[in-house]
Parts: sequence; C-alpha cells; structure tokens
Amino acid sequence: MSNKVSELSMLEAINETLHSEMTRDERIVVLGEDVGRNGGVFRATEGLIEKFGERRVVDTPISEAAIAGSAVGLAMAGLVPVAEIQFLGFSYQAMHQIAGQIARLRYRTQSRFEPQITIRAPFGGGVRTPELHSDSLEAQFANIPGLKIVMPSTAADAKGLLTSAIRDPDPVLFLEPLRGYRGIRDLVPDEEHVVPLGQANLIKKGDDVVIISWSYQVELSKRVAESLEGEGISAAVLDLRSIVPLDIEAITEIVSHCGRAVVVQEAPETGGFASEIIATINDECFWSLEAPVARVSGFDVPYPVGMLENLYVPDETRIRSAVLKTIESG
Amino acid sequence: MPKPNDKQLQMILEDMVIARTQAGRLWNLQRQGQVGTIAPIDGHEAAIVGAVHALETESDWVLPQYREPLGLRRYGTEVLDTFMLYNLGHPAGGHIPEPIKVAPSQISLGASIPHAVGLAWGMSLKDEPGVVLVFFGDGASSEGDFYEAGNLAGVLKAPVILFCINNQWAISTPTHLQTAADSFSSKAEAFGIPGVTVDGNDPAAVYEAVFNARKRAASGKGPTLIEATVYRLGAHTTADDPTRYVPSDDLSAAQEKDPVHTLIQELKTRGLWSDAKQNEVETAALERLDEAFERAKNTPLEPNSMMDHCFVSETPRQLRQRSSLMDSVGNTNE
Repeated sequence: MSNKVSELSMLEAINETLHSEMTRDERIVVLGEDVGRNGGVFRATEGLIEKFGERRVVDTPISEAAIAGSAVGLAMAGLVPVAEIQFLGFSYQAMHQIAGQIARLRYRTQSRFEPQITIRAPFGGGVRTPELHSDSLEAQFANIPGLKIVMPSTAADAKGLLTSAIRDPDPVLFLEPLRGYRGIRDLVPDEEHVVPLGQANLIKKGDDVVIISWSYQVELSKRVAESLEGEGISAAVLDLRSIVPLDIEAITEIVSHCGRAVVVQEAPETGGFASEIIATINDECFWSLEAPVARVSGFDVPYPVGMLENLYVPDETRIRSAVLKTIESG
Repeated sequence: MPKPNDKQLQMILEDMVIARTQAGRLWNLQRQGQVGTIAPIDGHEAAIVGAVHALETESDWVLPQYREPLGLRRYGTEVLDTFMLYNLGHPAGGHIPEPIKVAPSQISLGASIPHAVGLAWGMSLKDEPGVVLVFFGDGASSEGDFYEAGNLAGVLKAPVILFCINNQWAISTPTHLQTAADSFSSKAEAFGIPGVTVDGNDPAAVYEAVFNARKRAASGKGPTLIEATVYRLGAHTTADDPTRYVPSDDLSAAQEKDPVHTLIQELKTRGLWSDAKQNEVETAALERLDEAFERAKNTPLEPNSMMDHCFVSETPRQLRQRSSLMDSVGNTNE
C-alpha cells in the first residue's frame, strides 16, 4: 500500500471518492438535481457523467421526494443509489420518503429489501446563501430510527466516511458543511481510505475540558482549544464524525477524564443533538463531572438572513466563552 | 387481440371468488378480535385479479397499496401466508419470501409509486426483463408522490404501470372532491405518457389494458397510467361506517354491477362455470385461509425480535436497549 497523501479541499475529497467508488462498484448510480452535465452546483459530482455515462449519473427533475423514493426502488433492484439533495433544507420535501420509507425499509420488510442508499446533502451557514440553504437538520433525522447520520469535519474524513457510507448496507445521510467545501483543506490518502462509521476521533488531547462537536464546528472548536493552550487551559476536542451511530464509549472516556465538557452545534438549541450528548453524559459519567455541561448552539429562531447569520452561527468567541465559564464554574 | 381466453377467464374468476370469500372470513376474524384492521376487497376483485393475470409473475413486480393482497394469489400461496402474519401483527408479515416479486402492503398512500418507478428504472439499467405494476387509489393520486413519480417515470421511460383503482371513495371523500379533472387517467397527459380508463368491473378489459401497457413498457416505450373504475362495495376498512356517507341508491346501483356476480353469470351462461364449481372453490378458499391463519398463529415470536432488522449492525445504544428489553421481559415473566 502506498502511503501517499495529497492536500485536498473537502469538496475535492468527496469528488475523488465518488469517482473511486463508482469505479470499484458498478452498481452505484448517482442521481440528483444538476449532478450530471453541471457536475453539481458545487462541482461535487464533476467529471462523473463523462466517465461513467448518463445511465449511471442521472440529472433528475426537481423532485426531492422522487429522488429519495426512486432510490428505494433502485435499491430493490439491487443497485446502490448515491443520491444528492442539493441543499439539506430541501430534504423537507423528501421527508416522507426518507423518514417514512427509506429508514423503515429493512425493518418493515424484515430485510427482504436492503436499503443500501446514501443521501448526500450540503448544509450549514456562513456562506450567505438564500433562505433554507443553511439549516442544520441533523437532530430531526437523528430521531428517525433506521438512518445513519455522518458529518465529517476534515477532507480526509470526508473521503474515509463517504467510502464507508456508500458501502454500508443501511441508509446513510452524509451531510457536507458548505463552509468546509473549500474552506477545509487537509492531507487525504491517495489510496483507498476507509473510516468506520460510529468511531469518534479525539483530534486534540486535553485534561481540563473537552469540546465535543461535529462537522464544521469541530474546526472552530479546534482553534479555540489551541488558543487556550497559551492560557494554561488544556482543552481536548472530540469530533463525533457520526451522530448515528454515536460513539458513546469515546464520549464517556474523554468526559470522565476531563470532568468538564462543552457541546457545540450549529443547529437551534431546543431539541438539538447537543441535548442528546448531554443526556448521554448524564447516563454514563455524571459523577465524574466537576461542572455542568455547557452547550453552544444556534438560536431558537429560523435560520436568519445573511446580514444576521454571523450572529447566529456559533463562533470562536462564543465557544471560548462557554469553555471559560465551564472552567470557572466548578 | 390480447383478450384472456376461456381458460384464463376461468382462472381469473376462480381467483376473484377466492379473494371475495377469504375477505369475508377475514372480516369475521376481525370482528372476533382475532386480527387487526382489514380493508375489504369487495368490488375491486376484477380490477386486481384481471391486472395480475396480464403480468409475467417470473419477471414482473407488483407493489400493492393495502387492499390487494388477497387478489395476488397468482404470485404464490406464500402471499396469503405472509398476509395472515401481517394481519396478526407479526413482524414476519412484512417479508414475502424470495423469489416472489410482491412487496408488502404500503400504508402511506402513493408512497410506493416512486419506489415502483425506481425499481423499474433499476431493472432497465440492469437490462433485466420485466415491468413493475404499482397499485394505488383515487385518493392517493392527490399525493405529491404520484405527480413526482409519474413525471420522473415519463422522463426516464421507466417500464412501469401506474394502476389507479378508482373506487369512487377515499374513505368518505368522493372523487369530485379529490380532483376537478375529467378522469384520473387524464393526469397522464402532464407526464407525457398514455392514460387509459378501463371498466374495472370487467376483468377482460382490465387484462387487455394491462397486457398492452406491459408490452409497451417491456419494449422500452415507457410507462402507462391506467385508471380502473370500480365501486367500493364494502367499508373502507373494518374501522369505517360507510352508511354515514355512501348514498344507498348509489351502492344499490353498484351492487347490480358486482364484478364477481357478473362474471359468474357470464361464465355460467357459456358453460364455463357451475354452482358445484363455485362451492368447491369457496370451500377450498376458506380451508386455505383457515390453514394460513393457524400457521400464522403458530409462528414463533421472540420479544426481542422488536430490535431486529433496523440496521445490519446494531448501534451501541440499540444493543443496550435490546438487553434492557430482555430484562423487562424477564421481569414480566416472573
């Protein structure tokens, strides 16, 4: 095996993975809006139609429910659909197929039909998109049994996790942070790279407090943790990578070690996945805590317009302030 | 012309009589509290059975809504066995065994239409023979899934037959409150595909329509929307009281056109059916249903099967829930 790596943006890593997986597995069909001739509105599917042809790379009508619903049928036919919802906010238009059909297909047919389906969708704020393009809906999907939810924070993980997602026999929602598409660049293995689903990554060790996050917020959490080093605060950063399956063991281990935790999410506070993490900490290691677990979230309002979004999305200042408060409070 | 021959008509009638007879027994079982909610088939037999007899069971898929299973006998006896498990509320009721090309009942109205389009599309990508027929009702045609999937099917020329059984009622809502269109089949125009309306009480007419749609689909020319007009002779389900809203004159007029009685008369006149045959078929149908019911009741059920078949690999949390479920079951047993 070659150990060669290349510096890629997250977008390039996703594109490369789609190329290599489609080469490896002839059953894979990519479908979605503008994924063919245009190569995707962000170019995530660039070059696929030229290499694999119109039968395997399909521009669909503007029909999110039919994209998700026909993916069920493609899977029933023994193919491996990798569907794109152009922006996660528009998955509401496919919700009845994703929640009511895809997620339950294996269960309701007792595995007669196998939903090997990946749905990719960009999401998240910070790039001044129009309404509904920025919403972080992961907690809504996490409450639907039967869906795996994968949210990479690095280009290398995007490759390793997308590879696992496509190969997983169960449906996976693969959520790609808009800000990370070009804003995140790191060293990505050139050869096949597989990161198993459900294994969190302790990207920075620390002893005093752990910042737990996923997707683009990991990048911000890491910067905060690094800046705190100079102030004598040893902050760990745990990247969950996937929220379903959830790596309970990794959370328990690092929270027990540090005794303090801050959970960072971009989604609204109420009913967000951060609440689930805090409930998990209560179940697993409450007595190791030296301070209440804090959370940093978006606000309980619809994702705001461009001139307000920088106030909405958690930033380094808000994360830092939550960490310091946690340190001071116990 | 693709008319069913006499032998086929006899087989169609046999399946229609079996469906009607077994539906009656199921209704009684529900009233005795032995099975869950049932959607009676009465009035839909010719449309369902006529359609299924025009398919190639080896290669063609059927995706039902929920009223059809008793009419799918041609696909194998396992369909009934599985349906009885389903009616009992056993999880195995969702697993019609391989290689039978029938999906389990779909409770979400119209939700199987995009599945059918995707399945047909997938089969054509794999150069497999065969087509997909998806059943849905007049009410389901108002769902977005119908429009999105019909449109996609047209664009892809998917080998699919969209089979709308217009039984005049969506529970209590009559068709004129469902659509202002002249017919349900006219909606095909928006998909750029043929739309056909057929008398759903006439199994030969249904057979012919499906035969033609199948031929068209299998030869790569794309989908067809078929509207089979019937009248729902029974309740929507065992939980429904149609006397609240079905005009009795309309129902009486529809009973005059009862598809089972009509075909019995026709075939008797032509010497292709008899009272003796009728008795024989009905008796066997009831025995078969009772046998399937007994088998279903005797199918083992482990409490922790509730946790099976969500994911191939359970999440750590599911594993814990499974274990706590087993603890609580153990405590209950004590």
